[in-house]
Amino acid sequence: MIDPLSVFLLLLAAATPILFAALGELIVERAGVLNLGVEGMMITGALAGFAAAHATGSPIIGFVAAAIAGAATAMIFAALTQFLLANQVASGLALTLFGLGLAALFGKPLEGIKAPPMTPGPFRVNWIVWLGLLMVPVVWWFLNRTRPGLILRGVGENHDAAHALGYSVRGVRIAAIGFGGAMAGIGGAFISIATVLQWTEGMTAGAGWIALAIVVFSNWSAPGVLAGAWLFGGVTVLQLRLQAAGVDVPVQLLSMAPYLATIFVLVLISARQKYSRRAGGTAPGSLGQNFHALR
Amino acid sequence: MIRLVPRAEASAAWQFATPLLAVLATMLTGGLLFAVMGYDPVAAIRTIFWDPLFGMASSYSRPQLLVKAAPLILIASGLAIGFRAGIWNIGAEGQYIIGGITGAAVALAAYPSEGMWIFPAMVIAGAMGGWAWGMIPALLRNWFGASEILVSLMLVYVAERVAAWMAFGPMKNPEGFGFPGSRNLQQYPAAANPELIAGTGAHWGVVAAAAAVLVTWFLMSRHIRGFHIRAAGLAPRAARFAGVRPGTLVAFCLGLSGAFAGMAGLFEVAGPAGQITDSFGSGYGFTAIIVAFLGRLNPVGILLAGLLLALTYIGGELAQLTLQLPAATVQVFQGMLLFFLLGFDLLTRFRIARRITA
Repeated sequence: MIDPLSVFLLLLAAATPILFAALGELIVERAGVLNLGVEGMMITGALAGFAAAHATGSPIIGFVAAAIAGAATAMIFAALTQFLLANQVASGLALTLFGLGLAALFGKPLEGIKAPPMTPGPFRVNWIVWLGLLMVPVVWWFLNRTRPGLILRGVGENHDAAHALGYSVRGVRIAAIGFGGAMAGIGGAFISIATVLQWTEGMTAGAGWIALAIVVFSNWSAPGVLAGAWLFGGVTVLQLRLQAAGVDVPVQLLSMAPYLATIFVLVLISARQKYSRRAGGTAPGSLGQNFHALR
Repeated sequence: MIRLVPRAEASAAWQFATPLLAVLATMLTGGLLFAVMGYDPVAAIRTIFWDPLFGMASSYSRPQLLVKAAPLILIASGLAIGFRAGIWNIGAEGQYIIGGITGAAVALAAYPSEGMWIFPAMVIAGAMGGWAWGMIPALLRNWFGASEILVSLMLVYVAERVAAWMAFGPMKNPEGFGFPGSRNLQQYPAAANPELIAGTGAHWGVVAAAAAVLVTWFLMSRHIRGFHIRAAGLAPRAARFAGVRPGTLVAFCLGLSGAFAGMAGLFEVAGPAGQITDSFGSGYGFTAIIVAFLGRLNPVGILLAGLLLALTYIGGELAQLTLQLPAATVQVFQGMLLFFLLGFDLLTRFRIARRITA
């Protein structure tokens, strides 16, 4: 029968790509930047990671390459929004469209190849899963207990004040965007290297967008991101279990579950933020606004 | 050193120049990309941008221009109105798919009866389907404050699965020998959306796209609702004081762009696509976002931008045949185009000046 531990371990693995991407985006948004390009950075990481792992035979090098590729694509977004002051929503969308196209273009020769095997960690679970879990307290500690974390939150809360205090709004934001890209890249590579074990076009299938929704769900906190990612992982595992059990519901309808669940939690949490006494919820004050210093 | 000085008003000259600059920069960077990939850059660019119009196969590809441009222009016209107001419907792809399904549903229910009413009823059903799918994010935003960006995007994935379910289940062709996919509407005269004038590629979707350009132009420049939309986009607080209700605007913009996208889906399923399959969504809804921006959210601009992006689709297919260029090249091109456009846009809002050192 169903062993709760093995189900939980499946849930952990299903939640990992979203967890990485959402933790990265959490830092980006706490710095006051809304990067809608998560999906594009994830797919780029999925491809670059898979290609590097295949070329070297080492999944670890694959994940490093994925982080670099994710950060590199994020820099396009950083250049557009931080130097050329372009609209963040449009720039993020452009990054997603561009990343999906670029990965499809360069991924063609890699189709049908199997990923190199990984040595599993404790409980026969991938090391990257444990790394993801470790990143939750690390991100929390960075944001709430360190000085750079305080500065980052300050930049996100009120960029004019941070600038007046002498902090480099642009510098902090570029660093945050780069970190977000690296995390999204690792999350994407987890799908190609550790879950699906091969490269297919469009394989991230909206995971980046779900990660964005989970940041809202988390109320912009690291533990909240973990809860959101697990909720998503749980729905995914449940959905796959129901498919395997041969429930009398079409497969296509079951596979809607993660997206519908995302909408559902987004609505729940938005309603709470909307009707709570604290107006505006806990979204960073300068979220999505560009900063241009006149002096 | 240089510094950026904000302009009091967006520069009209640069508003015209930036899309052209962006296209030029995309061609140059694209050529560079082709050279890196080992293709002849000049031949590749010529195949994509010139040959479909004036090359050897132009008699085949020229009509395709209108076929591809119509859904892009129709969808982008609707999206641009929302974008002007700061309402981000990025789920047009989902509204397109659902519009195709609801429109096809009318045809499949009426099959095999004949009647003048069938096609108009399909158009209405397609528009209503897209409208309803667009109203989901609108209502969730108005009632609960949920981000319309994320909800509309999530609904694209849901719509794709609805299409797959329809193709394998309720809408499967009973005479299709077990293959997935609905009946082909091109072979059902009362429901088909054929070429109206032979050799032009113009079907009813082209007529609707032209009408959409006119309607949105009238709405944005002559109607009070258009004024409200522009006001809400430029100064939301001021617009509220002037009596603009944000909730109404959200419902209007998402509903209208949904209806337009739904109609585009219907014209596609009854015409070029012919049937509902699990891969009915073809990316028009996402490309239309680029069309809307490239056209500067202006109806006439969108008309031109839609034709240009349609050209990249056809040219991309041609380059696939003649130069074995991968299909995804076009997607990369379209992404780059949007990057360059957003980047160059700096020049419309800022003036570059030399920094005065004290």
